Amino acid sequence: MPSYEIEIILSRQLADSLSMPVFITDTEGNLIYYNEPAEEILGKRFEESGVMPVEEWGKIFKPVDEFKNPLSPEDLPLVKTLRNVYPYHKTFWIESLQGKTQKISVTSFPIIGRSGNFSGGIAIFWKDERL
Amino acid sequence: MNIKLWGVRGSIPVSDPDTRQYGGHTSCVVVSQDGHFLVLDGGSGMQKLNFGQELTGKRVDILLTHFHLDHLQGLGFFKSLFNPSMEVHIWGPASSTHSLHARLSRYLSPPLFPVLIRDLPCQLHLHEIANSEFEIGPFRIRSRYVIHPGPTVGFRISNGNGAFAYIPDHEPALGLAGILDDPHWISGYDLAAGADLLYHDAQYTDEEYRYKQGWGHSGLSDTMKFATLSGVKKLLLAHHDPGRTDVQIQDLLTELLLTGQYDFPFEMAGEGMEYKIGT
Repeated sequence: MPSYEIEIILSRQLADSLSMPVFITDTEGNLIYYNEPAEEILGKRFEESGVMPVEEWGKIFKPVDEFKNPLSPEDLPLVKTLRNVYPYHKTFWIESLQGKTQKISVTSFPIIGRSGNFSGGIAIFWKDERL
Repeated sequence: MNIKLWGVRGSIPVSDPDTRQYGGHTSCVVVSQDGHFLVLDGGSGMQKLNFGQELTGKRVDILLTHFHLDHLQGLGFFKSLFNPSMEVHIWGPASSTHSLHARLSRYLSPPLFPVLIRDLPCQLHLHEIANSEFEIGPFRIRSRYVIHPGPTVGFRISNGNGAFAYIPDHEPALGLAGILDDPHWISGYDLAAGADLLYHDAQYTDEEYRYKQGWGHSGLSDTMKFATLSGVKKLLLAHHDPGRTDVQIQDLLTELLLTGQYDFPFEMAGEGMEYKIGT
């Protein structure tokens, strides 16, 4: 059973230490880890869900723009990062599992290890409490 | 394949009556078969090596895990480097900023060393490796980056009949959660899984590790857990702390034997120890 690249393993250990929600995906978009604060967004514990494909996690939190138009998974920063191997940032709204609208900002960036290989992506979520 | 330990100490060589049993030289291990020799790391133990008649050809390969001084300080005293008829291949982890040549030159140049790397009389070949697979003589070698400060790899050396995993500097428990039970998330797992012999960092006691997290080394319990999860057949606990006496090393081993239950044999690595794997 192959282990993940060292930069992915260390990213998980970092995410585990943070209070902000963090997603980590492989290059295909499979959500291979999310930390405890991110469990609130997804409504599932990582231990229960395991690895999730992008088609699944991209729809869970119903993202919309400022005009309440739905955003497709392809418009999400992390998905764009995985497609273009480039960092992205976007502020949008999500509908929480309790039906509340929450404004969030997401910063995503590719994980590129010492050997120069693209091994996955990270997204960090910032809840905007000013709304 | 034959394995001989020439240096098992961590951090800095020590020379003291209290450290004679396990030895004071820093990391150096030689793997050989059919006249082919691999030298794993160039710690101070490397100074004692002198290949002659036992070599099949005129080639020797040095595999460096990383460039901390305790893994490099013997390199300038390796006799084959000064033999014009010798072909010396040095394999070391790639960095995203400096070439292998540039990083070796930091040590093999004044003021740290009087001889420049370009003035070495041997036929020198440098190879940058990362998460790589390559073959040398009868050996198939896998290198993988592992958790340790700076670009650092571990090695898995197979000869078709057995596998030796060499991870002398490794901190797989780095992070709040320690070593996770899922092999996907264990640094170095690919190298150690099912190995006939694992040579692994065990520099600290568990109490010492509490105060030295992030320094790149393992506490004893983490080493035992890593070996257990990897399903190794035998474990050598190595990279002994320079402040540890023979008696203290023996006491740690005794404590492990008395308090833990493990499915594999283990012992403390000591200078001069020899092992045979496969045929």
